[in-house]
Amino acid sequence: MSLNPEDKTIAFVIKPILFTVCLVPFITLVIGAVNNTLGTNPVETMTHETGEWTLRFLLLTLMITPLRRLSGKSWLIKLRRMLGLYAFFYACLHFITYIWFDQYFDWMEVVRDIPKRPFITVGFTAFVLLIPLAVTSNNKMIRLLKKNWVKLHKLVYVIAVLGVLHFLWLVKADTLEPLIYASILLILLGYRAYYQRRKNI
Amino acid sequence: MAILIRKKPGIKSSEITPKSVYLDRRKFMKHSLATSVLLATDAMLPAWAKKWPDLADSKYSTKDTPSTFEEITTYNNFYEFGTGKEDPAKNAVNFDAKPWSITVEGECSKPGTFDLEDFIQPYALQDYIYRLRCVEGWSMVIPWVGFSLADMLKTFEPNSKAKYVEFTTLYDKSRMPGQKRRVLNWPYVEGLRIDEAMNELPIMAVGLYGDMLPNQNGAPIRLVVPWKYGFKSIKSIVKIRFTETQPKTTWNEAAPKEYGFYSNVNPDVDHPRWSQKKERRIGEPFWKPKIDTVLFNGYGDQVAHLYQGMDLVKNF
Repeated sequence: MSLNPEDKTIAFVIKPILFTVCLVPFITLVIGAVNNTLGTNPVETMTHETGEWTLRFLLLTLMITPLRRLSGKSWLIKLRRMLGLYAFFYACLHFITYIWFDQYFDWMEVVRDIPKRPFITVGFTAFVLLIPLAVTSNNKMIRLLKKNWVKLHKLVYVIAVLGVLHFLWLVKADTLEPLIYASILLILLGYRAYYQRRKNI
Repeated sequence: MAILIRKKPGIKSSEITPKSVYLDRRKFMKHSLATSVLLATDAMLPAWAKKWPDLADSKYSTKDTPSTFEEITTYNNFYEFGTGKEDPAKNAVNFDAKPWSITVEGECSKPGTFDLEDFIQPYALQDYIYRLRCVEGWSMVIPWVGFSLADMLKTFEPNSKAKYVEFTTLYDKSRMPGQKRRVLNWPYVEGLRIDEAMNELPIMAVGLYGDMLPNQNGAPIRLVVPWKYGFKSIKSIVKIRFTETQPKTTWNEAAPKEYGFYSNVNPDVDHPRWSQKKERRIGEPFWKPKIDTVLFNGYGDQVAHLYQGMDLVKNF
């Protein structure tokens, strides 16, 4: 028996389900905003939720390769693009929340803020670096860029590190939560280093 | 069988109208209905059922609309009960603030340890509606019940060596579960220069919205210094000490570059990691822009003279 479901099942069952599930945090936020149930400080809730979901989707994206290798379920690779694009989607929401509800389109302040606050500098850099990855995520670009595509998309490692730093440098005293994200990222990157070394031997 | 009926002799007409009226009744009703019954009942208590229904209003009270009881009691920082802002409300439910005693020591002629009731008894309670600006960039308007810190301190007759006053929060991991994790160097310590402490604005708060101080807001007794960032207003105080040297305060020790000893609200001195120019007034719709932060949180008339000739950027 094959470990892989049929292409049709992936395209018409698994992917639509995943797509819907990934939208749940967004829909929950919208419902919360409309009903005013996002807590006492809704902007803070929106900022934290969209930020954390960006990190979660980044880590999920980076989890695909190790999972695929360890389980032999090579079809999992077909879900990676969607997870990556969702990371970008939540990053956009996070950025919009900052520009709109936090800074209220005070561009002068935004331009001052980005280089001045290290946590915003790294967060913004990560966001900017995500853009070329999102733009080149379609099949046509993959074919066009060939080997360069793989090189370009290695940027995701840099983005993930910056994203975790962004969170770590933001908290006041309790670093537990960002350190959990950092540990997961370390395991995922460590696995890749280990795999490369073994392959080279 | 004896049935205990609470006697309510001679209710004044002024008491029949709930005190909530002057604090925007409609806002009260809306929030009470929308939120959990437990919280709502407390806020909806008729005035005569409250502990201090009819106190005089301090002349320093702001005319700004007070934040709702729910906002004040479910969103705040009190790391002794967890580092999330919803944690204190959840984790302080079982906190028992009785019995409580307060030790006064250091450079004064009448030190001692006092039972809370005895400690409070000599002073006239008032309502103080003060703005509170958190160092994180949000603000509320809070109707405290309390008494003048200066009046209280004078009782203990500080001597000429008393240059500062140091306050300490209870340190008891079994009662304050947040202290099991060493996110801060427990116990929490705060302090004021003696002339700041003797100013007419700071109060010792024992109540909120005419009733006892909820556990999550620093029961049974806390400091409120309205022109400084919120973390200076130390909660659940067990010790007050007059000192000659500047107290080592908790956040200042934790991150000296980010939290100064003075920590006066100042839009021109940014926190190293975020701007302090604006603040989000809790209760305002999220799609509205933030409001401008004012030097000394708008209490400059009362306190600006304390810092004359001082470099507020250096002494942040």
